[in-house]
Amino acid sequence: MHKRAPAWLGKWLVSGPPLLYLVVFFAVPSLIMVLASFRTPGEFGGLAPLVDESGAVDLTLDSYTRLLSEPLYAEIFVKSFWYALVTTVVCLVLAYPLATLIAKSERRHRDLLLLLVILPFWSNFLIRVYAWMIILGPNAALARAVNGVLALFGHEPVPLLFSAFAVLVCLVYVHLPFMVLPLYANLEKHDQSLLDAAQDLGASAWQRFWRITFPLSLPGVYAGSALVFIPAFGIFAIPDILGGPDDSLIGNVIKQQFLETRDWPFGSVLSLVLTVLALALAGLAAWIGQRGVGRLASGDA
Amino acid sequence: MALLEIQDVTRRFGDFTAVDKVSLSIRAGEFFTLLGPSGCGKTTLLRMIAGFDVPDGGAILLDGEDLAQRPPEGRPVRTVFQSYALFPHMTVQGNIAFPLKMARTPAADIPAKVEEALADVRLTGFGKRFPHELSGGQRQRVAIARALVTHPTVLLLDEPLAALDAKLREEMQIELINLQKEVGITFIYVTHDQTEALALSHRIAVMNKGRVEQIDEPDRLYGLPRTRFVAEFIGTCNLLTGPVTGSADGVVTVDVPDLGPVRVSAQGAQATRPEGAVAVRPEKVRLHAPGSAPARDNHFTGAVTGFLYQGDVTVYMVRSERGHTLEALLANSGSGLAKFFEVGDAVELSWPADAGHFIDG
Repeated sequence: MHKRAPAWLGKWLVSGPPLLYLVVFFAVPSLIMVLASFRTPGEFGGLAPLVDESGAVDLTLDSYTRLLSEPLYAEIFVKSFWYALVTTVVCLVLAYPLATLIAKSERRHRDLLLLLVILPFWSNFLIRVYAWMIILGPNAALARAVNGVLALFGHEPVPLLFSAFAVLVCLVYVHLPFMVLPLYANLEKHDQSLLDAAQDLGASAWQRFWRITFPLSLPGVYAGSALVFIPAFGIFAIPDILGGPDDSLIGNVIKQQFLETRDWPFGSVLSLVLTVLALALAGLAAWIGQRGVGRLASGDA
Repeated sequence: MALLEIQDVTRRFGDFTAVDKVSLSIRAGEFFTLLGPSGCGKTTLLRMIAGFDVPDGGAILLDGEDLAQRPPEGRPVRTVFQSYALFPHMTVQGNIAFPLKMARTPAADIPAKVEEALADVRLTGFGKRFPHELSGGQRQRVAIARALVTHPTVLLLDEPLAALDAKLREEMQIELINLQKEVGITFIYVTHDQTEALALSHRIAVMNKGRVEQIDEPDRLYGLPRTRFVAEFIGTCNLLTGPVTGSADGVVTVDVPDLGPVRVSAQGAQATRPEGAVAVRPEKVRLHAPGSAPARDNHFTGAVTGFLYQGDVTVYMVRSERGHTLEALLANSGSGLAKFFEVGDAVELSWPADAGHFIDG
């Protein structure tokens, strides 16, 4: 006779490994960062000893007061927020029609279209970013065309590369699939009979979209927005490679603190604030979204 | 002048003709049913009336106006979908208010109209619920309220009760009849369920293979089917076919192989073809113990090969001497336990000529 394994065993076998992974590679490092943020930077980078020669425990709020007393960092956070927000909105505007198109296309074409969406992942991220250096470079066709048109209006030529424009274009390009995929997954499940019913009840094409399709797609919109906004908020490679001197984002500053200035405690503070802000914004968006759905639902909108 | 005129409407999908030159006229205030097996074209016809599909030929006129140029959202026609198609992100109120908003009803008037529609379908107090918080029957009623709230000229119902269990279906049938009387709106109802069609409708169009076989009131459709298809599709029927051997004094004789000559009142029908059929409903066939049958126009002997006891009635399968199987229905209306015949019992069958119905061809 077989003895049934207790239910808790199965539960732990399934959820144990990922839980362990998250504890070791997320929770523990986060705690180390929290601790590091209260310590003093070492003379040659890294961290000063936790217990100094006099035997006192060396914990300090210096890094936090520095963040609050130097407005430069708040400004960079705000700038990073705007870059991430613009990226998210542009991705959403571009991805929505694309995801709709894929969801409405014939089943046998969908796999191919989805493959095309994820095709860029087949080449290395940095290579794709460097490719934009060529596309946006001063001697490339795009820059020549733009500046040619500008010259017609008597305008000075503008550089496309090493600009906020280049950073945003590449941010959108890199993150677009993360918006398309969750939107597609949502739109693909929509029930055509709801749209037929709406049309039957007198709704125009725009009303069918705005009152039925869009509200029902909000879970996909949130998922995609979170997947785009959070990494875009902390990105450093793209501004490093394609941005000008004014396009340093918070990710670049954090990288700088760890690798160049070697001020680990201050880098930790910035990192923690970034994490908390990203989580708070995601939570806020979800909350606003819930209220929005409720309003559309009760028919007050 | 009929409210809705369907004139020679045809719809093809590739080589398949779903609707084949169908003409119907439906009167204002009528409860009209399109009845037929799946694939007979009834749903395609309904979708063309709603505007979701466009005829390849013919015209659909509502109040004399050709609807061809009107999209679904511009027709004074509402549909109750088989799946109900309630908007899951809206409350019951939101769902019912939807068509009012689309019609640009002043916001101040909406709550009262929603309440009225809820009362019509006996769902007062359910306005704040979401569709997933309702039972199947309640969802059905919300779908009807939503379709009726703007007082359309015609309400289309596409197998609306198919998803409900038998008991609830019967309740909803009675409610639908009452509702239709109350609101006075023309209902066009699509179903494959003949008992439902008979119970609900003022008139029924029986469809088969894209064509209309017969349009009639329920009792005429059941009593006087014009084609073999209608006779067999509506209720159960002994369909006795064979060459027509005589026609005199309003009585037609059909020589049924494996049974013998069957005499039937023509009742206005003419025997114009060499072949004909006699339709006799099982409840009109009398079953007797041997030797006790009265002299009737049709009289056969046979043996019981099986029976289905259904409580109120028992259906007997009887094989005639020459091998034709007939169905006879006996009401269990006597006192005590009803059991008249066993399998293998010899019996006699009889029915008068006017109990049957002659089908030409």
